[in-house]
Amino acid sequence: MSTKPAPAAKAVPVPTPVTKPYWEATQAGELRIPRCTDCAMHFMYPRPRCPHCGSANLAWVKTAGRGTLYSYVINHMAAPGWEGEVPYVIAVVKLNEGPRMLSNLIGVPADPAALTLDMPLEVVFEPRGNVMLPLFKPAASA
Amino acid sequence: MKRMTIAIAGAAETDLGALPHLSELDLRADAAYRALADAGLTLADVDGITSATESPIDVAHYLGITPAWYDGTSVGGCSFLVHVRHAAAAIRAGLCTTVLVLHGESGRSQVGRPPRVRPASSMLGQFELPYGAFAPPNMFTLPVMRYLKDTGTTHEQLAEVVVAQSHWAAGNPRASRNKLLTVQDVMASPLIAYPFHKLECCVVTDGGGALVITSADRARNLRNAKRPVYLLGSGEACDSPMVSLMDDMTSSKGFKRASKQAFEESGIKHADVDHLMIYDAFAHLPLYGLEDLGFVGRGEAGAFIQAGHTRPGGKLPLNTNGGGILYTHTGMYGMFAILEAVRQLRGEAYKQVDGVKTSVVQGVGGMFTAAATLVLSNQEP
Repeated sequence: MSTKPAPAAKAVPVPTPVTKPYWEATQAGELRIPRCTDCAMHFMYPRPRCPHCGSANLAWVKTAGRGTLYSYVINHMAAPGWEGEVPYVIAVVKLNEGPRMLSNLIGVPADPAALTLDMPLEVVFEPRGNVMLPLFKPAASA
Repeated sequence: MKRMTIAIAGAAETDLGALPHLSELDLRADAAYRALADAGLTLADVDGITSATESPIDVAHYLGITPAWYDGTSVGGCSFLVHVRHAAAAIRAGLCTTVLVLHGESGRSQVGRPPRVRPASSMLGQFELPYGAFAPPNMFTLPVMRYLKDTGTTHEQLAEVVVAQSHWAAGNPRASRNKLLTVQDVMASPLIAYPFHKLECCVVTDGGGALVITSADRARNLRNAKRPVYLLGSGEACDSPMVSLMDDMTSSKGFKRASKQAFEESGIKHADVDHLMIYDAFAHLPLYGLEDLGFVGRGEAGAFIQAGHTRPGGKLPLNTNGGGILYTHTGMYGMFAILEAVRQLRGEAYKQVDGVKTSVVQGVGGMFTAAATLVLSNQEP
């Protein structure tokens, strides 16, 4: 007798003490990242001290939730849980505050013709397990 | 006082391809016996051992030896270059005399392969894996659209990397993909992660290899005394554990730092390099490598390869086994890049380059996360 394994679910992030404020903010519909109050640099991912200057004087600041498309792939190999969604866009987003972060682009065809590097993007939040995941879509023209 | 010269006194590669009858430990053991036979030594002569992913102690016990020194540095595909560097330092420090640098990996058949665990609470698990980026073809490739735009390199030039390497792999029965390829062939292969086609991604194989590292003085009394390979210099470096956060996505800090160390230690100049191996899990790596190691200027690598300079008969023979894309790639390819350099320096390669004296091997681990460089020569320093 064989038992069919349950279909894999998409990966769900598990917060750690240092990253908890990030995930609490996404739950509230905000993209907050750490900023060093000594050297004024924003950074990703959250760490207990500033990776630029070592300062422990950090603040969680609400970003504008805006950035640009820095780089991407259109992925044809489904990750576990993504079987019905290929191809999908894995994007490196450069936030207006400076740091880069990985995300997905939604609301745009997975087609190079629709994906121009440096196009403006804005954050949207999508539930994933018990967290809200920041994704990006093309920014509404200002 | 003159510094002790280090040599590769033995080198061997196992069978390659699909080897479901061998576990990862079996592949490492097979590689160890082959390399020792090549060196004219036995396990009784070995007092140092290295291994990535599996503990070097597990491998030593499997072989039935009790080494005085071991190194389990496991930083992905360039681990073996790092092991050679660390072994050289250990031998010079008097910690051991004869080190087996081992690799064996069941990348294709997945026999006796420990799981690569990436916890959901790790930074990768929180900030990259949730986006359906989960494997090298859709992670290591992420910087490339930015690289192409910023440097003016074309998609055809990316495909040319593979075409050039196919001129080396063509006809080699040990190469997984041994047909001559055109840009059209490469670009007509299925998309894996745009802009990467299947033929711009490495093969996935089983295989292993091993090196015997010892002093040049000791190597002179061993079986390969007439075909020595010396370690002139080495380097190791690192960048971000997450590809989206590398310092500069269009250039590898690891490649730059590791190669600078290795060139400085060996005292060589770029013009001294007769043969070059650049770890190519994907087609962009030789482009980054040529630029970051300083063989060409920024944005010039695509045109350099397109002009034929890295093909047979070209001025800078590159990835002369066909590379990880065409020859073999078990998951951690670095050992196979070193072994091709050894074959070229001994004059026994499948497509032998005339007059090779100095070879540079550039490795990468993770997704640009780790880097290491070896400068090897058949001329005693």
